[in-house]
Amino acid sequence: MAPYPARAGARPRPAPRRAADRRRRRLLALLLAPWAIGVVVFFGYPLVSIGYLSFTHYDLLSAPRWIGLANYAYMLRGDQQLGQAVRNTLWVLLILVPCQVLFSFGIGLLLSRARRGVGLLRTVFYLPSLTPLVAAAMGFLYVFNPGTGPVNQVLAALGVTGPPWYTSPGWAKPSLTVLAVWGSGNLIVIFLAALLQVPRDLYEAADLDGAGPLSKLRHVTLPVISPVVLFAVVTTVIDGLQYFDQAYVVSSLGNGGAKLDDGVLGYPEGSTLFFPLWLYQQGFRYFNMGYASALAVVMLVVALGISSAILLRSRSFVHQTGGTGR
Amino acid sequence: MTTVTLTAPPRPRTRPRMRRRVLAAVAEHAVLIALGAMFLIPLVFVVATALMSDQQALTGALVPHPVRWRNFADVFAQAPILRYLLNTLLYAGLATVGMLLSSYPAAYAMARIRWRGSTAALIVVLAMMMVPQQVLAVPLYVMWAKLHLVATLVPLVAPFFFGNAFSVFLLRQFLLTIPDDYADAARVDGCGEFRVMVSIVGRMAKPAIAAACLFNFLSCWNSLFNPLLYVGGNPTWWTISIGLTQFKSLHAVNWNLTMAATVVFTLPIIVLFFFAQRAFVEGANLTGIKG
Repeated sequence: MAPYPARAGARPRPAPRRAADRRRRRLLALLLAPWAIGVVVFFGYPLVSIGYLSFTHYDLLSAPRWIGLANYAYMLRGDQQLGQAVRNTLWVLLILVPCQVLFSFGIGLLLSRARRGVGLLRTVFYLPSLTPLVAAAMGFLYVFNPGTGPVNQVLAALGVTGPPWYTSPGWAKPSLTVLAVWGSGNLIVIFLAALLQVPRDLYEAADLDGAGPLSKLRHVTLPVISPVVLFAVVTTVIDGLQYFDQAYVVSSLGNGGAKLDDGVLGYPEGSTLFFPLWLYQQGFRYFNMGYASALAVVMLVVALGISSAILLRSRSFVHQTGGTGR
Repeated sequence: MTTVTLTAPPRPRTRPRMRRRVLAAVAEHAVLIALGAMFLIPLVFVVATALMSDQQALTGALVPHPVRWRNFADVFAQAPILRYLLNTLLYAGLATVGMLLSSYPAAYAMARIRWRGSTAALIVVLAMMMVPQQVLAVPLYVMWAKLHLVATLVPLVAPFFFGNAFSVFLLRQFLLTIPDDYADAARVDGCGEFRVMVSIVGRMAKPAIAAACLFNFLSCWNSLFNPLLYVGGNPTWWTISIGLTQFKSLHAVNWNLTMAATVVFTLPIIVLFFFAQRAFVEGANLTGIKG
C-alpha cells in the first residue's frame, strides 16, 4: 500500500538494530494488513452482528426492533419446520458424513495396496469430486430419475423395479448420500497420500510379531495417520453442517422445476430441508433477518461445539509424532 | 540334490501363502476396478444424454443414435450461457487474483517471520475455516445492501482481496516446509525481505501457490450459495451455477439440453484438471497435512 516514508528525518538516527527492527515490524504490518482488515470486517463484525440481530425483528426495510428472546422462543415452540430441518441435518452428520469418510478410507486403503494402475484409478475416483456440485446434482437428478433415468432402466433390464430416488421423501436423503459418496474423491486422495507415508518397516515389524491385517490396521496404520484422519473428519463434518448446494438443486428441481423465488425448499415433503436451507429460506426469501440470525447463532454454537469436541477428544486417539510434528 | 532338500521344507508353507496373497491382490484390484467403473457411469450417462435428441432422452435409450452435436449449439441459443460463463470467469478470476495478493503475504508473515501473536493468528485462520458460511451471511448481506452493491459482483469478489482463510492455511503449511538457507543467503547478499518473499521463497512455493489458485478458482466456479444470495435476483450477473439450476424450468427444455448445459458447465474444469493434474493432487495432499 503506502510506500516507505523517506526516513524518520528529525529524530536522531537510531541504532541500526532498532532501525531494522522497526522496518521488520512495518513490513509485518504491511503483509498482514489486508488479511487483518478481512478478519475484522468479514468475520469479527458479522459474528458480533448475528448476536445482536438475533434479539431483534429485522426485515431490512425498517431498523431492527429489539424483541428480546422472542426469536429463540419461536425456535423452540412456534417454528413448525425447524424440527424437520434439524433432524435432516442430523441425518447428514450421522449417516451421510460417516458414509463419505468410511468409503473414502476404504478406497484409499485399497489404492495404497494396489500395485498396478494406481494413478489411473486415483484419477477416476478424484474426477467426480471436481464436477461442480450443482452440475453433479443435476446429472444425478437425471441419471436417477425414476421414469426414464438410465439407472432404473438398467435395473429394469435386470428385472428389478428401481426405487423412486430423489422424488420420494424416504429415498431422497439416501440418494443424496450416494451423490455425496460419489463426490468425495478429495478425501480419497488425502487418505491415500497419508497411507502411502506410513513407514514400511512398521508393517514388517508387525509381521514379525505375527500381527494379522486387522490388528495391523488398528495398531500401525490408524495411529500413524490419525492426524490426517482427524483433520479430514473435522472438515467433512463442517461441510456436512453447511450442506446446501446439492439439496438446493434437488429441492427446487426434483419436482420437475419450481421457479427460483417461490415455494418452500425441501422437496419432496421437506425431506431435503436441511438447516442451512431453512436459514436461507427465512433470511433471504421471507427476509426474517432477525430470526435467521438466531438460527445462525445456533449453527455457530453447534459448529464450534462439534469441532472442539472432536479436537479435544482427539488427544486420546491422535498419535503424537515425536520430533517431526510441525 | 542337497540344496533341493534344504529349500524344500519352507515351500509348503510359502506357496499357499503366496497364492493367497496373489488372490487377495486380484480381488482387491477387481473391487477397485468395479467401483471405479461405477464412479464413471454417471458421467458417461450424462454425456450420452447430452448427445441425444429430446425424444431419445425420454425413451431411456443408453446410447445416442444419431449423435446430435447440435445440442450444444442449442444450449447457447436457448439461454445466455455464454454470458453466465463470462460472469463466472470474471468472478472466479478476480477473486483468485485478490486471494493471491492478500493471502500469500499473510501466509508468509505467519510462516516465515517470527512475531508474537503468530500462533493466535493461526487460531483465527482455523476458526474462520470452521465457521459455516451461512452463519455470517445475514450481516454481510445487510452490509452490502446498505452499500447498494447487492445484485453486482462486488460482494462476491471483494472479500477475496482481504484474505481467504483456507488459502492462507494451505500456503502457510507449505511455506513452513521450505528451508531457510536460500532466503538467508539472499539476505546476506543484501536482498530485502519483500524481495525474498516474492522472488526467493515465492519461486520455491510455486506448487502451493498454483494449488491455492486452482482451489480458489474452482470453489468460486462451483459456488452456489453466495452467488444466489447476491446476484440471484439479477440475471445480468447470474453465474453458471445459478443459470444451470434455472435452465430447465426457465427455458422449458428437455433433459438432453439440460445435460448438455451440465457438460458445458463441467468441461472447463475437467480440461483444467488434465492440464494441472499434479497441482491438484499435491494441493489435495497439502490440505491433509495437520496444522
